[in-house]
Amino acid sequence: MNAGKTNITRRRNIERLMFLFFKIAAAVNGAALLTVLFFLVSRGWRAINWTFLTQAPMDSMTKGGILPCIAGTLYLGIGAIVVALPVGVASAIYLNEYARPGRLVRMVRLGINNLAGVPSVVFGLFGLAFFVVYMGMGVSILAGALALGAMSLPVVIGSTEEALRAVPDTYREASLGLGATKWQTIYRVVLPAALPGILTGGILGLSRAAGETAPIMFTAAVFYTPSLPRSIFDEVMALPYHIYVLATAGTEIEKTRHLQYGTALVLIALVLGLNFAAIIFRAKLRKKM
Amino acid sequence: MSEFRAGLTGGRSRRGMETSIKTGFFLVACASIITLGLIVVFLFWEGVPIFNRVSIRDFLFGIYWYPTDDPADFGIFPLIAASIAVTGLSSMISIPLGIFTALYLAEAASPRVREIVKPLVELLAALPSVVIGFFGMVVVAPFLQRLFDIPTGLNLFNASLMLAFMSIPTICSISEDAIFSVPKDLKEASLALGATHWETISRVMIPAAISGICTAVILGMSRAIGETMVVLMVAGGAAAVPESIFDPVRPMPASIAAEMAEAPFRGDHYYALFATGIVLFLFTLLFNMVAEYLSNRYRQVGAATL
Repeated sequence: MNAGKTNITRRRNIERLMFLFFKIAAAVNGAALLTVLFFLVSRGWRAINWTFLTQAPMDSMTKGGILPCIAGTLYLGIGAIVVALPVGVASAIYLNEYARPGRLVRMVRLGINNLAGVPSVVFGLFGLAFFVVYMGMGVSILAGALALGAMSLPVVIGSTEEALRAVPDTYREASLGLGATKWQTIYRVVLPAALPGILTGGILGLSRAAGETAPIMFTAAVFYTPSLPRSIFDEVMALPYHIYVLATAGTEIEKTRHLQYGTALVLIALVLGLNFAAIIFRAKLRKKM
Repeated sequence: MSEFRAGLTGGRSRRGMETSIKTGFFLVACASIITLGLIVVFLFWEGVPIFNRVSIRDFLFGIYWYPTDDPADFGIFPLIAASIAVTGLSSMISIPLGIFTALYLAEAASPRVREIVKPLVELLAALPSVVIGFFGMVVVAPFLQRLFDIPTGLNLFNASLMLAFMSIPTICSISEDAIFSVPKDLKEASLALGATHWETISRVMIPAAISGICTAVILGMSRAIGETMVVLMVAGGAAAVPESIFDPVRPMPASIAAEMAEAPFRGDHYYALFATGIVLFLFTLLFNMVAEYLSNRYRQVGAATL
């Protein structure tokens, strides 16, 4: 009897210990995120002012602002989503609404999953070999946006499929029962219902594209341009690449440290702001459905 | 009569249109496969010419990477070893942390805490890699240098630490899905037999969710081996086979990203970097195929197969 009691105490203690470990693991993750944010904000906020956000760099990058980088990142991110959103949404519609299970669909899914696993630097190499050289686009916004778009495609497909799956089948049946064709049902019933979810996916894809560096290193980004880009065939400056170059190359790494923190803070604010918007958007959506 | 015919042809053209719409969507859905195919074709197109200069064997197992010397050496073994080392070391950190966090979210946390912690993990995934690299460079590296009294804080250990926090969100969210989808009656049966919650988790839920957890781990590792900016900024950049966890290293993605800008167009160095890209791509392809296989092969369908 006594032995049984100590045994159950021991088992309870092991349980308590393991649950403590779980809690610690979760806390470590939270702490990691907060530590990164703390250092960037505390060291970066002083660099941020109106001049920093609205001027071009001056005196070989040691003064002035990062306007061309902000503009370049927006062009690239929006370009990527303009490429990835239509293709991704259409792919998801095929997979979720039209496709019957079979070898063909398995192949398409395998392709998407493997595309999602391709390293970002390989997208850079691909963009260089295919868009920049073979298609003759040169180092340009267009080539960079296409490389980033290819990279974001699986993200957009995944979130669109999730949004389409969340539309109840009764919607589809009601529409088909009224004599609408499949396409009419998709276009007038399913897509409007799934639109908020699709847009959330679009925002997440945009934020991922805006934060990536490796795919644009050989396809779009340069260290310095004398003016803002005028066409999609111009090369651009971009926030992630700017951070990388300022922090690793050049002779004045220490002197530009505050600018590096400032640039990183602007990039983080942009990316996390987009993510935050998506999370809130999605939470509201769940409540409604 | 004529009205009837109009209706009939209308039906036919409607059906024809439906078919062409379906075909159109199918063609667009093939874009991912086509992109993947183009990636393979162009990597090989630009990478294979290096094998006119060095044999595949010397390329993969040569231990000297001096691409700009005359004569140049193109042996990427130090780069492969570095990639494997950072991935292995980072998994030792990310696997326990990721799975424990998943268990915390799925089993231990109250709904209110969950609502706060889960978005935090998602935001961790959203941090741009260049920012994590920058953080590792300017905050973690000096800290490690002082703490362990080592010549440089930019080394294998630092890179692995940063990579671990990039792969934790992947491991955590896929594992959590797997644990969450274990049938509730399995859990309840175990608890009803008098097992503690931890015994239920370790002997019933984890075995039932193991295929999903393995998939999560492999996808997390695949993310770590392909991650570029972190290893480019934090790993230290020395192209030598590492002997200690505080050695600076140069994993494959770092080598490609750092050297491509200076490599003469379609010179040997350029081809060698593309060939390195092929090796890297094959590594991640292998990881993804294994993950795919595991998630299909050992999928827990119901309680019956346990």
